[in-house]
Amino acid sequence: MAKLTLVFFLSFLIFSSSIAFQSDELLVDDDEFGLEGAKPRSTDLYTSSSSSSPQQQQQSPTIRRRYSDPTDLDSKVQFTLEHAFGDSDFSPAGTFSARLKTWSHGGKTLTKLRFSRNNFSAEEKDAFKNLLKGDDFYRIRLPSNVVSPPGREFVVASVRARCLPRDGLDEHFIIHMEGANILAVSYGSPGACQYPRQFKLPAKWSFNSHTILKSSEQAPRTPIFTEEILGSENAEGEVEPPPERSFWAKYWMYLIPLGLVVMNAVTQASNMAEEPTGGQAGGAQVQQPARRR
Amino acid sequence: MAIRVFLLLPVFLSSAIVSFSLYEDQAGLADWHQRYIGKVKHAVFHTQKTGRKRVIVSTEENVVASLDLRHGEIFWRHVLGTKDAIDGVGIALGKYVITLSSEGSTLRAWNLPDGQMVWETALHSAHHSKSLLSVPINLKVDKDYPITVFGGGYLHAVSALDGEVLWEKDFTAEGFEVQRVLQPLGSTVIYVLGFVNLSEAVVYQIDSKSGEVLAQKSMAFPGGFSGEISSVSSDKVVVLDSTKSILVTIGFLDGDISFQKTPISDLVEDSGNAEILSPLLSNMLAVKVNKRTVFVKVGGEGKLEVVDSLSDETAMSDSLAVADDQEAFASVHHEGSKIHLMVKLVNELDNVLLRETIEMDQHRGRVHKVFMNNYIRTDRSNGFRALIVMEDHSLLLLQQGAIVWSREEGLASVTDVTTAELPVEKDGVSVAKVEHTLFEWLKGHVLKLKGSLLLASPEDVVAIQELRVKSSGKNKLTRDHNGFRKLILALTRGGKLFALHTGDGRIVWSMLLKSQACERPNGISLYQWQVPHHHAMDKNPSVLVVGRCGSDSSAPGVLSFVDVYTGKEITSSDIGHSVVQVLPLPFTDSTEQRLHLIADTVGHVHLYPKTSEALSIFQREFQNIYWYTVEADDGIIRGHVMKSSCSGETADEYCFTTRELWTVVFPSESEKIISTLTRKSNEVVHTQAKVNTDQDLLYKYVSKNLLFVATVSPKGAGEIGSVTPEESSLVVYLIDTITGRILHRLSHQGCQGPVHAVFSENWVVYHYFNLRAHKYEVTVVEIYDQSRAENKNVWKLILGKHNLTAPITSYSRPEVFTKSQSYFFAQSVKTIAVTSTAKGITSKQLLIGTIGDQILALDKRFVDPRRTLNPSQAEKEEGIIPLTDSLPIIPQSYVTHSHRVEGLRGIVTAPSKLESTTHVFAYGVDLFYTRLAPSKTYDSLTDDFSYALLLITIVVLVAAIYITWALSEKKELSEKWR
Repeated sequence: MAKLTLVFFLSFLIFSSSIAFQSDELLVDDDEFGLEGAKPRSTDLYTSSSSSSPQQQQQSPTIRRRYSDPTDLDSKVQFTLEHAFGDSDFSPAGTFSARLKTWSHGGKTLTKLRFSRNNFSAEEKDAFKNLLKGDDFYRIRLPSNVVSPPGREFVVASVRARCLPRDGLDEHFIIHMEGANILAVSYGSPGACQYPRQFKLPAKWSFNSHTILKSSEQAPRTPIFTEEILGSENAEGEVEPPPERSFWAKYWMYLIPLGLVVMNAVTQASNMAEEPTGGQAGGAQVQQPARRR
Repeated sequence: MAIRVFLLLPVFLSSAIVSFSLYEDQAGLADWHQRYIGKVKHAVFHTQKTGRKRVIVSTEENVVASLDLRHGEIFWRHVLGTKDAIDGVGIALGKYVITLSSEGSTLRAWNLPDGQMVWETALHSAHHSKSLLSVPINLKVDKDYPITVFGGGYLHAVSALDGEVLWEKDFTAEGFEVQRVLQPLGSTVIYVLGFVNLSEAVVYQIDSKSGEVLAQKSMAFPGGFSGEISSVSSDKVVVLDSTKSILVTIGFLDGDISFQKTPISDLVEDSGNAEILSPLLSNMLAVKVNKRTVFVKVGGEGKLEVVDSLSDETAMSDSLAVADDQEAFASVHHEGSKIHLMVKLVNELDNVLLRETIEMDQHRGRVHKVFMNNYIRTDRSNGFRALIVMEDHSLLLLQQGAIVWSREEGLASVTDVTTAELPVEKDGVSVAKVEHTLFEWLKGHVLKLKGSLLLASPEDVVAIQELRVKSSGKNKLTRDHNGFRKLILALTRGGKLFALHTGDGRIVWSMLLKSQACERPNGISLYQWQVPHHHAMDKNPSVLVVGRCGSDSSAPGVLSFVDVYTGKEITSSDIGHSVVQVLPLPFTDSTEQRLHLIADTVGHVHLYPKTSEALSIFQREFQNIYWYTVEADDGIIRGHVMKSSCSGETADEYCFTTRELWTVVFPSESEKIISTLTRKSNEVVHTQAKVNTDQDLLYKYVSKNLLFVATVSPKGAGEIGSVTPEESSLVVYLIDTITGRILHRLSHQGCQGPVHAVFSENWVVYHYFNLRAHKYEVTVVEIYDQSRAENKNVWKLILGKHNLTAPITSYSRPEVFTKSQSYFFAQSVKTIAVTSTAKGITSKQLLIGTIGDQILALDKRFVDPRRTLNPSQAEKEEGIIPLTDSLPIIPQSYVTHSHRVEGLRGIVTAPSKLESTTHVFAYGVDLFYTRLAPSKTYDSLTDDFSYALLLITIVVLVAAIYITWALSEKKELSEKWR
């Protein structure tokens, strides 16, 4: 039985690893912009990105190796992030660039996503300050198709502006992909957003961006048990005995009353011991047999 | 001893699992079942022979039924599938009911007395067309007079005896539309009249024996036809031309076509567009012009003359032969609260055979349809009875100036259901007093005595049962302590609101939705408008009924506020804007009226009630009101937030504009939305945490702003089996509706809809088809909050170092994880619901409406994602069932026991005051109600609990204590004296 479950488990592992994982993540800075103050920001960003998801970064190369196919058609794609302050019109705010990998079976996935964020201009800073004051929405949008932007429609997300400022402006993108289509983008601060939201200006007007690409997970197959397995299981009755519990865990329900009884007895005994020496209440008891006599 | 325990254990376990089954004599005590048929389309009377008089009806709910003409009871009925709409009904050979359905492609014969199917014939069908059924009247078994059916572009002759297709004729030629198939009585020639491109009339003469075309004539009509047609005799039809201002009589006597044009302006002065009404009258037709009904007589040479005109609100029946070459028809019109039924001869309209006036309930609306039948009275004169269909879909039989019986067929098309409390019982004010005369009281006691002495006959047993039901007080019109008595408010498609009593299902009151703007508003949905707490305010609760003028979503809406206790409309208003979505807000004003937002097609939202107090409450929460729209056709879900008052465009200060916050755009080539679902807004969650077997704590992610969405690949949106597993996949999402974040996304390869889902607390259970396994599957997804996972430590809780009281905001990045598991399920499903109890403590059961129109109660424990193949001892103690690949269907757990809720469409659950118990109401063509206790009634004693035994036991015990005490005293005394 244990062997069978092991086989199940192994097959499940192989199955899931071969198709389930397609998400990829890369967080790279935007140091093409030689602005002052860009240096410390980029390092800052790098550390945050490396610390936030080392696991995914480690996994992605293995995936690529498994699927590496000489017929792979990789092409570079670029799509722009646009933002709006409250009700204003959308304007470009940054660029995502990535490699579009075409699999031999026709599927497409984005890999090596890079993001370069434009810094706020003076007007944009003012607009953002206004948003912070009014606790209004900072909105972003992405094209719904990366190959032929904007695709059918833009994918919009928004966040209360007061959620973003920390030391700098911390933002976190989760882009849900389906092939070359962007389904939805979750946008917000990387951690919690305190409520009630306090008005706070960022110390640095620079963005710390974190980006995650996500594609859908495959549901595991419904396990199929044949009658055989169930039958054999019943026949063998190979149910592992539950781990031996400690003496206390087993018998506490007996031990506690016992302890109480003992304690009771002890106090009784001490009372009894006291009685002959200087007990007034016990006097009657002592006298009783005397009366009989 | 040990062996006995082992033997008893499985028995005990099995009883624990099927705890919801009931005993035979408990059926009908808490549940009721009502059978309906729907709004009647066609009716055929069968009254010639002696014996049972019956009427065969077909309805808009695709039901064919035989009703008792004396009492209105159903002899038999068959609910055809939802796509199997009935086109025509007839009686053949005096013993078979013939139905034509599915756009003229299915012909069935049912045995008249018992409704058994005799034969079924699938007919050839090429394209959409009119479907016409004509059944010969003669009773002879004769192949010369087959049933002629036109449908799908083919004319078929079918033997009535065995359903064999004798011949078929192809009329699928381009542009040719068959309008009428006529067979003169006693003739073997069938005339088929059709139009080519609505500009040329073609008549075929077909031999009814062989199907050969005897002759074909055609004639072009320069003006063109409009398609509205009425056949006035076996060789003449009257058609409206394309301008709808000229009546054209087409005569085709002996196959020669002749046209005769008569402008309507010649018949009626200042006429507008005309409309031919459907009743078939011999040598006459009814035309609706200028909101009046005009009777036009068709002369021998096609000459038309007006013989009578009636006000618009008149319903008419087809004409019926009453005596030798005399035909009569019935007409019904309203006058105040009365209706007038008149039966006139077609030839002499002045000769009124019958004139009756009947008092009619205002809440039935106008008369929609009349079906007439004649009979011979005891004095050998002609008598008439009429079956009328009212605006609220109810069916009534009128005879001798009275309503013989009525059926509330509106309840067959329930669209929305909610529950309401009954009034509190006050001293002196008894809403419905159960009258008891002395005689009845005596009779009841005699019956009870008989029952206890085992002398009761079967009838007496039934009577005792009834008495028991009555005396239990479950039918009272007041609130009870346990909350078992409630009102079920059901809104029907016909725009009528019914209040049903949970005790016996009777109609307490009913109300027809009215509107000034349109004649007949449709009912859409129901909301709790005002639920005053009865200690705080002495006011009746009320509900909000949302209706719409017309079927289009942009049609203007109608609101109606109805008092729940009395069923009277408090106010109603035509709101002047369309209704797309109604959002009940979690705020109430000082009179406990709930604030509602109604979104229209333009993108504005409107606040109700329109009071300044409501506005100030709304303004306070303005920032925190979000809503979303699902555009299923485009595959886009949008989130919105309030922006500002739309005072710039209109002066309405209760109107607000919104702006878009987020969008989720599903790629149109790979995903199509087939199902969306949210939690019930009034659901109660008892505990946020779930304790694992290893003393670990899981926090449920309980959010009211979660949306479950299921999409399939566009190819897979069709019927099951129309695609290969590779082509179809199903993706499910859990989306936060405030920020548009996708919290969970799972794709099922090779799976297909339809998806039926239920969402409660932190879990979703959904049902779909797995193409690879060729089985239905049920998947459960549970979503847990990880951000609170550190709060396990008791010391942290004691020292207050936890974040359990911190406000939750959707703008924080959610740290959630999901658990899911799939199981096979052997049945296809129509709908799924879940039980709901007052405090949410009682374990839950899934209520699965199966394809057999029954409701299966399945314990939620069976769809637990934590089930494993070999649960440990601790897990077993917690109640985790060993993992199996499919969910069990236990026959005893059908809550509908022997009943079938035909045409099941929805299941509604509502909590009672008793925590263990929940109300379950299922609707479709039938209605079914029952009370369920998913974990047994642990908080109350059962009805058959013997209080007497308890009392006796106590008395005996007390007596025993005293006796033993006295004895011991005595003994002690004697001891002391020794």
